[in-house]
Amino acid sequence: MNQTLVSYLSQYEFYDVLLGIFGKNEGLLAFVVYLLFAGAVVGLCATIGGLGTYAERKISADIQQRIGPNRVGPYGILQFLADGVKMITKEDVMPNTADKFLFYLAPMLALVGVFATLAVLPWSSGFMMADLNVGIFYLIAISSLVGVSVFLGGYASNSKWSMLGGMRGASQIISYEIPVTISILSITLLAGGMGFGTILGQQLGTPINWFIFHNPFAFIAFFVYFIGALAETNRAPFDLPEAESELVSGYHTEYTGMRFGFFALAEYIEVFVVCGVGAALFLGGGNLPFNVQFDIIPLQLFQVVIFMTKALLLYYVVIWIRWTFPRLRVDQLMSICWKYLTPIAIFNLVGNAVWVVVFNGKSIADLVFGGH
Amino acid sequence: MTPAQFDGLMPIVILMGIAVLLFTGGHFVSVLLAPKKPSLLKETPYECGEQPVGSAWSAFNVRFYVVGLIFIIFDVESVLMFPVASIFKELNEAGEGAYALIIFLSFISVLIEGIAYCWKKGDLDWVKSFQVSAKNNK
Repeated sequence: MNQTLVSYLSQYEFYDVLLGIFGKNEGLLAFVVYLLFAGAVVGLCATIGGLGTYAERKISADIQQRIGPNRVGPYGILQFLADGVKMITKEDVMPNTADKFLFYLAPMLALVGVFATLAVLPWSSGFMMADLNVGIFYLIAISSLVGVSVFLGGYASNSKWSMLGGMRGASQIISYEIPVTISILSITLLAGGMGFGTILGQQLGTPINWFIFHNPFAFIAFFVYFIGALAETNRAPFDLPEAESELVSGYHTEYTGMRFGFFALAEYIEVFVVCGVGAALFLGGGNLPFNVQFDIIPLQLFQVVIFMTKALLLYYVVIWIRWTFPRLRVDQLMSICWKYLTPIAIFNLVGNAVWVVVFNGKSIADLVFGGH
Repeated sequence: MTPAQFDGLMPIVILMGIAVLLFTGGHFVSVLLAPKKPSLLKETPYECGEQPVGSAWSAFNVRFYVVGLIFIIFDVESVLMFPVASIFKELNEAGEGAYALIIFLSFISVLIEGIAYCWKKGDLDWVKSFQVSAKNNK
């Protein structure tokens, strides 16, 4: 049975009060609850995406001993709002030879694909919009829409730079999906389920119970996942689809104004989603590292804070890596994926399967400290 | 009617709807606010200031399609492994761990065989086509 936000709320008394207000219409109540929560999640993620662009510029400035944006608002923190306003008021130019329908469709697909992944993102043990029993599998599937949008954006522009960027993007995203999927498969194997509720339920307690410390293979799998996730979100050192020094701006060369803005927004939110998934799968998500009895609302909020801390720390590492490493060549990119990451990921999968059978599913911590 | 009947699908559809609404809404506001002065030069695809030569929709390097084909093989195999992986622990607790492991490993060995074959054939090397033609020319 799929857990959802509504079925979670229905355990508590105020659900019946709410139900009374909506005249016993559970469908309507579920719709309103989901709509409110989806609005909150989208607002939060759009803010994180916007602040992501600000953080990117500020951290890069710090690394390169510059000051960075400092004019709009205190420390330039409102820069992303100014950028948004600028993008809306810019003229929307489309190449006259472009495929108009696909040109419109591409940024929308990116946005739809990224927003749909937010449905299963585990903010806390209760605030999951839908804890699908195929959670992580659904996330892998739906986030492929972003790859489609990158290719469509490049193809529909009918510009050679865009076409090269789109082709590179498509081949890169589908290639790196393999090591990422197989690394996630290892975690599925350890957790015994694909839902985020199941996966998080196995990582309760101190950090030693996190899946990254479950066994040596899971430890390697985290790094395979993280490297692959960088490539899937087109982040440096894997930002070949938009390599600005080779391909002008890659797949969004011809995109201006609001449509470019949506591409950028989708990219930054996707980076956050990928970091959040990494935090949930390997780093224990929003689980409290200690055993304290809280009321239900403070507990959930506390879990959200812990989840956000982990995800944003990973986000910082992503930005840090971008401004530290040089970009790869296409042939290096492909050989890293197919000749290193994929065999390592398969090795991890086999190692995890053998570990589960040999040690009866116990982690290193269980074996050392004699846990359950 | 129980809340469980609204499982999963509704939030996903709502989020997708929000994405579409945000896109069309942003687009609409942009149409209202942004200037609209199209000219031939603006609408020409960017090619470093030159007149574009031909269309970008032409024959493309076949390496990208080979990568696509390899991807499909691996993707389908990993999709088939997901159900096995999610019940692997249960099988182990039911005492059939060794049996499940053998089946799992024999399935993965097909995957390993696939990657070994592609590697041997040189399909994982990005510049294979040049090496082959250089060999043929000798």
